[in-house]
Amino acid sequence: MYRSNVLVCGGTGCTSSNSELIIKRLQEEIKAAGLEKEVNVVRTGCFGLCALGPIMIVYPEGSFYSRVTPEDVPEIVEEHLLKGRIVRRLLYQETVVDDNTVKSLNQTPFYSKQHRIALKNCGVINPEEIDEYIAVDGYKALGKVLTEMTPQEVIDTILKSGLRGRGGAGFPTGRKWSFAAANQADQKYVCCNADEGDPGAFMDRSVLEGDPHSVLEAMAIAGYAIGATQGYIYIRAEYPIAVKRLQIAIRQAREYGLLGKNIFDSGFDFDIDIRLGAGAFVCGEETALMTSIEGKRGEPRVRPPFPAVKGLFGKPTVLNNVETYANIAQIILNGPEWFSSIGTEKSKGTKVFALGGKIQHTGLVEVPMGTTLREIIEEIGGGVPNGHKFKAAQTGGPSGGCIPASLMDTPIDYDNLIAIGSMMGSGGLIVMDDTTCMVDIAKFFLEFTVDESCGKCTPCRVGTKRLLEILNKITSGNGTLEDIDNLESLCYYIKENALCGLGQTAPNPVLSTLRYFRDEYVAHVTDKVCPAGVCKALTNFVIDPDKCRGCTLCARNCPVGAISGSVKQPHTIDTSKCIKCGACMEKCKFDAISKR
Amino acid sequence: MKSLAELQAIRDRARAQVEIREGMEDHVRVLVGMATCGIAAGARPVLNAFVDEVSKRQLKNVTVTQTGCIGICQFEPVVEVVEPGKDKVTYVKMTPEKALRVVNDHLVNGNVVTEYTIGANS
Repeated sequence: MYRSNVLVCGGTGCTSSNSELIIKRLQEEIKAAGLEKEVNVVRTGCFGLCALGPIMIVYPEGSFYSRVTPEDVPEIVEEHLLKGRIVRRLLYQETVVDDNTVKSLNQTPFYSKQHRIALKNCGVINPEEIDEYIAVDGYKALGKVLTEMTPQEVIDTILKSGLRGRGGAGFPTGRKWSFAAANQADQKYVCCNADEGDPGAFMDRSVLEGDPHSVLEAMAIAGYAIGATQGYIYIRAEYPIAVKRLQIAIRQAREYGLLGKNIFDSGFDFDIDIRLGAGAFVCGEETALMTSIEGKRGEPRVRPPFPAVKGLFGKPTVLNNVETYANIAQIILNGPEWFSSIGTEKSKGTKVFALGGKIQHTGLVEVPMGTTLREIIEEIGGGVPNGHKFKAAQTGGPSGGCIPASLMDTPIDYDNLIAIGSMMGSGGLIVMDDTTCMVDIAKFFLEFTVDESCGKCTPCRVGTKRLLEILNKITSGNGTLEDIDNLESLCYYIKENALCGLGQTAPNPVLSTLRYFRDEYVAHVTDKVCPAGVCKALTNFVIDPDKCRGCTLCARNCPVGAISGSVKQPHTIDTSKCIKCGACMEKCKFDAISKR
Repeated sequence: MKSLAELQAIRDRARAQVEIREGMEDHVRVLVGMATCGIAAGARPVLNAFVDEVSKRQLKNVTVTQTGCIGICQFEPVVEVVEPGKDKVTYVKMTPEKALRVVNDHLVNGNVVTEYTIGANS
């Protein structure tokens, strides 16, 4: 029996900022202090507050240490673990109250507004230890389903809960399962889409790293509901920690007989294998994903037939996203009424968002559907840093769109986001401030889709390329008003004619920025100005001769020798040589250089 | 895995390890003074005795933790029992044997062991 638990985040974010070394040092120091029988060091999944990593929580006090370095470890062991004195300088400042007391993490703005269902166990249990998952009621839902419920009752429960697919499109999960269950076949499959491809989204990775058994359990439940005996998890090879923990989890579940033959003595067999993806964005599209599992080139095909009729190896298949599966066991245990009491009328439950971009608290948050963008960004996320102003938020990655500041109070759910020209997508939420050029953002996402288009259908292969060319023309200052109109009509053409979701949604970033920030496009074309000062071709650096003291610092730092002038005389920039790197502006101590 | 009972047995066994990570607002807290003076006077065996006994008896709402020096070094090892909504009880000159009695009388049955308290020893 340990008297204290030290939880250290072993998610990808904290691991890359050295949490492995912290764990090693902790174990060494604890051993040196003779505390190894009293203090248990646990490597957990992601806590969500990635901006403050590496993160450590010491229980039973619940002290939340942020930005811990390996050098801090001896002090934590000596002071906190040995003598019981909390190391205040390392505490997350939001947990320290003015009267010098420490409040619990759940009372801080970042956590108090969250409602964790899919992320319930992330940062709480050791993902490499099946016993810890079982200790928090893991596999109880599978046991209940196999011993007390019929497959139809399972499907009815999921239908009644109102759960919709968390991968982006928001199709009701229960209906997907009932279609697959209704189709008779000698073999059916359950697949898990862990090919999280949106730039900026990482909730699926976090669930797999922090709570892999929840996905295995849910896949087995889905298998029982539709009559499948084999599952596949299709995961990107770029997620090595998640892959490793999944492998460990599958091995442990097999050892316990929670995967394999005759689970819970019910006669139900189910096993799961992992398939690694090579990181192609298109393989997140369901038909391309299944083609890739079959060992063929990952290209989408025309639907119908839908996977529930003809999926993997031509058999009825259910394919759900990681986050969708992470909700299943909780729905079975707590009942569909509990789940449907959370959220909005048509979007039930919670959604995980990956906060990124110009925001204080970069990280992972799970909020009830219907929470407004303002609550997520200003209250939970801590707002835009460095005194800048919020301009727009991008949801749904390359398939989604921008939400401008004027729509910040829209309650976020599937239907509201579609109505304002964006989409839920997998839940990436990139915050942009007034230094972001919206044309440049559209260009960024188009560059991504041009790279990732599989090339099977012409509207996507050629169309996205033409879109990008027009955007390049506009940002280089050669655009015309006619280009903007062409851009728009080409967007609609691609939307209507592309084969799969990738192409159909690729124009969204352009369309939504045109809808809310058309004036920026026009400024690029008619005034030849980039209002945010991002597009290099339309930006010039100039030195204000009244402010310049002739210190020569800018000239010495200019990488291309574009700045000339003699000592103590105002300098000038030769715009024909200037590469607009901004080094001079950064170095100037007199604020004499500005963008125009 | 052949039955729900089998799963429940694993759950019960593993439960103690994760319980400590859940909220402790309504918990009875046992604070063992573990500054230099406390450790020198033998606080560590006292702390371990509390942890073991609380775990053995599966007391669900008790948290054993350490604290610093509260300034009465001649009375170390000092143990404070803090129950929500009640006055704090301070036990002094504790030993592992005394700890067992505090768990039994005070934590389980609700009777303060008056003879170990600071009031009876100063």
